[in-house]
Amino acid sequence: MSNRIDVKKTYKLYINGAFPRTESGRTYEVKSAKGAFIANPCLASRKDLRDAVVAARAAHAGWNKATAYNRGQILYRIAEMLEGRRAQFVDEIVAVTGVTKVKAEKEVTDSVDRLVWYAGWTDKIASLSGSTNPVAGPFYNFTIPESVGVVAAIAPETPSLLGLIDVVAPIITSGNTVIVLASTKAPLSAMTFAEVLATSDLPHGVINILTGKKEEIAPWMASHMDIDAMDISGVPAKMHSEIKVAGAENLKRIHSFKSADPGRIIAFMEAKTVWHPIGL
Amino acid sequence: MSFYGLVDGTEASLKSYLNNLSGVDQVGAEARAAMLATRSIKTTSKRWAIETAITMVDLTTLEGADTPGKVKALCTKAVRPDPTDSSVPSVGAVCVYNDMVSVARTHLDLIGGQHVPVAAVSTAFPSGRASMPVKIQDTQDAIDAGAAEIDMVIDRGAFLAGRYIDVFNEIVQIKEVCADKAHLKVIFETGELVTYDNVRKASFLAMAAGADFIKTSTGKVAPAATPPVVLVMLEAVRDFYEMTNTRIGVKPAGGIRTTKDAIKQLVLVNETVGPDWLNPKLFRIGASALLNDLLMQRMKLDEGYYSSPQYVTMD
Repeated sequence: MSNRIDVKKTYKLYINGAFPRTESGRTYEVKSAKGAFIANPCLASRKDLRDAVVAARAAHAGWNKATAYNRGQILYRIAEMLEGRRAQFVDEIVAVTGVTKVKAEKEVTDSVDRLVWYAGWTDKIASLSGSTNPVAGPFYNFTIPESVGVVAAIAPETPSLLGLIDVVAPIITSGNTVIVLASTKAPLSAMTFAEVLATSDLPHGVINILTGKKEEIAPWMASHMDIDAMDISGVPAKMHSEIKVAGAENLKRIHSFKSADPGRIIAFMEAKTVWHPIGL
Repeated sequence: MSFYGLVDGTEASLKSYLNNLSGVDQVGAEARAAMLATRSIKTTSKRWAIETAITMVDLTTLEGADTPGKVKALCTKAVRPDPTDSSVPSVGAVCVYNDMVSVARTHLDLIGGQHVPVAAVSTAFPSGRASMPVKIQDTQDAIDAGAAEIDMVIDRGAFLAGRYIDVFNEIVQIKEVCADKAHLKVIFETGELVTYDNVRKASFLAMAAGADFIKTSTGKVAPAATPPVVLVMLEAVRDFYEMTNTRIGVKPAGGIRTTKDAIKQLVLVNETVGPDWLNPKLFRIGASALLNDLLMQRMKLDEGYYSSPQYVTMD
């Protein structure tokens, strides 16, 4: 047998359920911890972000209207698909970050568990943060939290897979759609995660994943008038005030978090009061 | 009627006129349209293109569910597309069904939109399946109600069956009704004509019969105004200008939803018939959703960040 030529994967973006190359045609090099070349992922431009926002906005109505039960099923389905591809994620994390196999396996396990955890929250969060309000009149009064709309997020540099899921899962749990910029140095598991999403019955456009540089994309996320909120957990603290100033134009809710907790879901929900007259 | 000396009104002369047309190179037309679509229009050129495209929009609502309120809202938007910015020009025209013409005309006059004409879709739009007296009455009604532009549909059934003279006579009769009171735009419904050869043939037929504008589609059938179809029609207009020294307008309609699509159309015009046609007297774009995207792109150029559909009116 002659030596077979490797069939290498082209890492592309994930926008509206499809895998397009960046509109800009640019790529950058991803190297292993020891400096060896691994892959050329896309260096996304602000126009890719714009396309992703259009997709996320279009997907919001349907995802927001889906029952909490259905959203939970789909989150669980993502966990199932991720579980089935453990080995590939472990290999990629080891190759790019140089951590031990044991540590990489723990990260994937935690990622699956985290998705299952958020899947359980979909139909409980409304009763945690909403309320029935006592009123002195012939009507009921409920406070019902709803998703805010389109959320942009920057995933932390490490851990590359668990960090991404920690950012994305709470946002979509309540019915938001999201555009997330993956870890710059370790974007491979994010793009392989997109393949998991593509086979998980997740409606197109609910999660859109870009790879590229924070300095290039984050300011455009902050100023985009059709993005309602931002998770800047993955942005260095020195950029936070700049982003918050740009985001003030359309009153974006901008948050950053340290750990997984239900507060991450509630942060991207807003309460609307609905009055129901009795007897009509 | 002289028909530019090209046809004498008999079936024989029309046949020989249409048979003498050259065929369309399908692969060539598609390749040229695709090549022109790759032109990149940026910064000041883009701003000019956006403003020009706004003046060319025939702001359209052609739904069974059109209410007087919706038509009035559309008219308000036509006169001043961006309520927050008076430097945005008015659109080319408002395009409505016949029975909404008087509502539109009255409201436009009321709000200072005397300069915005009303276009009416007539002759049993969109199918064109009615008798000739009905089509004539339909057109007359629209003109009486104040329409300054008539968008008529041709009888595609007659055209596809080869009864070109029937189509020709139909256009001639509607043109007589319009006379000097209204501009006549002739809709081919290119999606139903199937081939580019048919589109070219229909273009020459309509132009000889007296059309002021030739228009691709009703917006009810897909595919509609694809770039190759518009290219074929523009080439017909260019050739007709060489033959008769008369400038005929072109109106693509249907499927043009984004600023990018609109700019592609302007590039086609500039490269095929030249800059003379880059004005609303000779080029219009039939659309409804397009205007919001043009406004959003214009805001992006002004403000430096991407806008949201929340900041333009709903249709």
